Amino acid sequence: MNYLPLTETDRQAMLCDIGVQCFEDLVRVIPSALRVKDLNLPGGTSELELARELAELSAQNQPPSRCLSFLGGGYYDHFIPSVIHHILSRSEFYTAYTPYQAEASQGTLQTVFEYQSMIAELTGMDVSNASNYDGASAAAEAVLLALRHTGRKKILCAQTLHPEYRQTIQTYCSGSHFKVVEIPYDSRGGLDKARLSAEIDSDTAGFIAGTPNFFGLAEDFSGIAQQLREAGALFILSVNPLSLGILKSPGEWGADIAVGEGQPLGIPMSYGGPGLGFFAVKRDLIRKIPGRLVGMTQDRNGKRCFALTLQAREQHIRREKAGSNICTNHALLALAASVYLSVMGREGLKKTAEYNVKSAVYLREHIRQIPGFEIVFGGTIFNEFVIRSTQKSSAEILKNLQNKNILGGLELARFYPELANCILVCATETKTKAELDRLVEALRSNQ
Amino acid sequence: MNFPSDLKYAKTHEWARTSSNEVTCGITEYAQKELSDVVYVELPKIGAGVKQGVPCCIVESVKAAFDIYAPVSGTITAVNSSLEAEPAKVNRDPYGEGWFFKIKPSSSDEFNRLMSAQEYEHVLSESAH
Amino acid sequence: MIERREFLMTHTVSLIFEKSKEGKQGWSLPCNHFSDVEIHSLVEANLLRRVHPQLPSVSEPEIVRHYVTLSQKNFSVDTHFYPLGSCTMKYNPKLNEDAARLEGFAKIHPYQPEDTVQGMLHLLYDLEQSLREITGMDRFTLQPAAGAHGELCGMMLVKAYHDGRGDKARTEVIVPDSSHGTNPASAALFGFTVLTVKSDARGRVDLSELKKLAGPKTACLMLTNPNTFGLFEDEIREIQKCIHEAGGLLYYDGANMNALLGLARPGDMGFDIVHLNLHKTFSTPHGGGGPGAGPVGVKKKLIPYLPIPLVEQKNGTYFLNYDVPETIGRLRSFYGNVGMHVRAYTFIRRLGREGLAQASRDAILNANYIKKKIEKEFAVPHPEFCMHEFVAQAVHQNNLGVHATDIAKRLLDFGYHAPTIYFPLIVPEAMMIEPTESESKETLDSFIDVMNQIAREAVHFPDRLKQAPATLEISRPDDVAAARKPVLTYKDYLGAAHLHSEKPEPGTPCPC
Repeated sequence: MNYLPLTETDRQAMLCDIGVQCFEDLVRVIPSALRVKDLNLPGGTSELELARELAELSAQNQPPSRCLSFLGGGYYDHFIPSVIHHILSRSEFYTAYTPYQAEASQGTLQTVFEYQSMIAELTGMDVSNASNYDGASAAAEAVLLALRHTGRKKILCAQTLHPEYRQTIQTYCSGSHFKVVEIPYDSRGGLDKARLSAEIDSDTAGFIAGTPNFFGLAEDFSGIAQQLREAGALFILSVNPLSLGILKSPGEWGADIAVGEGQPLGIPMSYGGPGLGFFAVKRDLIRKIPGRLVGMTQDRNGKRCFALTLQAREQHIRREKAGSNICTNHALLALAASVYLSVMGREGLKKTAEYNVKSAVYLREHIRQIPGFEIVFGGTIFNEFVIRSTQKSSAEILKNLQNKNILGGLELARFYPELANCILVCATETKTKAELDRLVEALRSNQ
Repeated sequence: MNFPSDLKYAKTHEWARTSSNEVTCGITEYAQKELSDVVYVELPKIGAGVKQGVPCCIVESVKAAFDIYAPVSGTITAVNSSLEAEPAKVNRDPYGEGWFFKIKPSSSDEFNRLMSAQEYEHVLSESAH
Repeated sequence: MIERREFLMTHTVSLIFEKSKEGKQGWSLPCNHFSDVEIHSLVEANLLRRVHPQLPSVSEPEIVRHYVTLSQKNFSVDTHFYPLGSCTMKYNPKLNEDAARLEGFAKIHPYQPEDTVQGMLHLLYDLEQSLREITGMDRFTLQPAAGAHGELCGMMLVKAYHDGRGDKARTEVIVPDSSHGTNPASAALFGFTVLTVKSDARGRVDLSELKKLAGPKTACLMLTNPNTFGLFEDEIREIQKCIHEAGGLLYYDGANMNALLGLARPGDMGFDIVHLNLHKTFSTPHGGGGPGAGPVGVKKKLIPYLPIPLVEQKNGTYFLNYDVPETIGRLRSFYGNVGMHVRAYTFIRRLGREGLAQASRDAILNANYIKKKIEKEFAVPHPEFCMHEFVAQAVHQNNLGVHATDIAKRLLDFGYHAPTIYFPLIVPEAMMIEPTESESKETLDSFIDVMNQIAREAVHFPDRLKQAPATLEISRPDDVAAARKPVLTYKDYLGAAHLHSEKPEPGTPCPC
């Protein structure tokens, strides 16, 4: 086996040095009744054969190069600069571990420090952690932070937050007697502010919403932060980081915690994971933030350097008293996001964000004109919007599109039964005008 | 090590001083030495009720976190919020500037039953064996 | 005498922000077809950002040099022996990386119709079958993103199971005092009360103590086997009986599964729930701290509670099953860290039945070999044979004023990553060493020589250890200052007077 360096001679010599006859002598402690005879697995496969087999499996899937996709809903097809792949392929990055030994990990530590700085800038918050698993688990951890921080029992959650995030929050909260109350959307597809005001009370730990929301709409949160602050509750926003190239940041909205899915920042879709959960807070919550933090300090010779810090908050020290059990971060993907943001800079990010808005609005306005379709919610969008098919079922529409090698979008009834025959359509900077027109034509001929 | 004789002590290494029906609390010189450099103190909230022997606050060094137990039962009336900016005071002056919080005790019995400096030193020397 | 190795690690790298200059750009985007459209006509004024993010403006060559130079400041498995106990820093095969980057895996969207992702679902299905066979469990969810996430999933399953039986009294989770910190943290995070059971003199769960703790309130016992001393819990059947008779469940923390491939299975030991760390046992890279993947396997009685969706198959067609009425829900969006699943699948297929078993055998052999060869110089709390890792102690050295951390730092000077130190917490001056199967006898022999040399240095030149590392760019960061005055962003740094006594060095000199 070419991954195992020991030769048979080595093994014999080592057993001899240890002072045993055979390998079995080392593992006699395992009761014989528990020993496995032989695993019922296939034998090993050569690299050549396995590479061929994997290529065949991969070819049974349809990536965007083989079909025109307008799918969004939390994961997006974006342009990924070539640099990212090359830097992430440096095995000094990807085969290292959590930077416990600062002297042997300055590379990882500095990249995480830079990541924290960029996320804080992007979200308009003071402090970012070294990252969480994904947008959904980051949202759930933010909710737990609010519950812990306020000592209260109730969380308000916008119904337009990503349905899988809401489900994750529910699941995380199901262990203790926490109550998650959903705030519905109004006829415009935005947050029902009157319902929110009515639900805020002295037991409310916080309110979480997404923007752009699951219908693609950029929400107006004017006045919300103040209302929550007066009630002693925290304001949590889950945002698409790319939208922050032009849209108001959580900091500007007065949020206490900003979370979100970092996949749009240079991370391939990979069938939904691994992605990147980002997590940023205002300064007064710094000791409550879950996960790793990297700080700048000086070494014993006064040289600037980086180290993991505020570790006494964490599970390996506090054990059952820790605020979170998280001990990993998605460091490699945080690196991808850092490289992406370095490449884009403020200008590139803004241009990309504008590109998304313009493509999506162009598509929306052209679909609006097709008989048999209507735009369900108006308002400002980032890169996706909701259409309703008024003559045929959405399933039929999507099937017909798929026959033309187009993935037309996501059926919303799966998450919102009241939105029958509604489709969430997404257009990013990766779509050319000709491709947008192709979808429009296909929908037109569908009717 | 210095254990002022005008203070009372708990076996969990807190000290307590009483004046005008208020008990001021902190950690002993032994505790601050064991902890090494204190980097953070998570203080209780003013107005919070505390119970003798129950953790009410946490003190952190770089590599450890320790519970601080209320030496007497009562209500928190004041906290030393200057420790947030300067936790090093706990190491520098554990019986003075490094105090943690003040309690309005619900009774005087608990305070009186705390250990004297001599008894506390005895407990320390016992546990060293 | 072994010579110190000098590394190309002697230059500080300025921050990417410090390389920024107005007018530089790293991006390139196509001409916008809609450039005649004003963004203000599309976005309501009140929703537009006013405070713009201060991101760096840097050109592509500068970006590449910045990050590649930083990469060279890391120790990594591909460049250094990394005997970090409990972390299983084994070789990450390159075919895994190629596989995960295949377009049909890396670029597909999670909401694509199932008929456009059959190859992906097929792979996930087959991976689950393999994990079931390797562990002896009945069903797996691939959803958890990491080991600790798997533990949380396990705690949710424990609660759902007891609730499902109408038994609401089970509020306690028992963990050994030698357990990973995540175990009690995961249990507490989900609302359980944590009880700690002591280890006995043999380094195993103290069975008589356990019997006192187990009872009608016991929800489960979380156990690592082999445990964090690297010792097999040989009374596992008695432990199993004790917990099951009390009505609790048995949870297996799979962090140490690399010892048991093809040797023994947690399912056969009576464990009801198992999490695996694909980034340990199944060779997916650690990525500087993640992403990992922590699939959770269960026995039949717990299948109804697994998170949704599950990957299933009917007549050769693969699909996602959301119809799990008693499910705990979900722990994250979509299906899991699929990129890691592709890598683990590739590893399992490459090694196959015999290769996996040989990997564990070599991991055990390597650990015992190092242990035997350093135990004259370093104390070992448990003299018997170990499994894939062992704990040594710097207690002799302690009398000379040298600590485990000094030995760890000195190892860096010789080009070895340090072992895990001060863990398990209950062992003074612990150094936990796990060589994995990926190391050659030659590497082990050099490491052994260095360890023994360091032990001699502790006697004759203790200052060398206390001053270590001496050959790297930095030495012993001031952790106290870092925690007292946290500087966590570039903006913090600009305002942190205490860090400006020494000006940052301009730019990065090219090491060549």
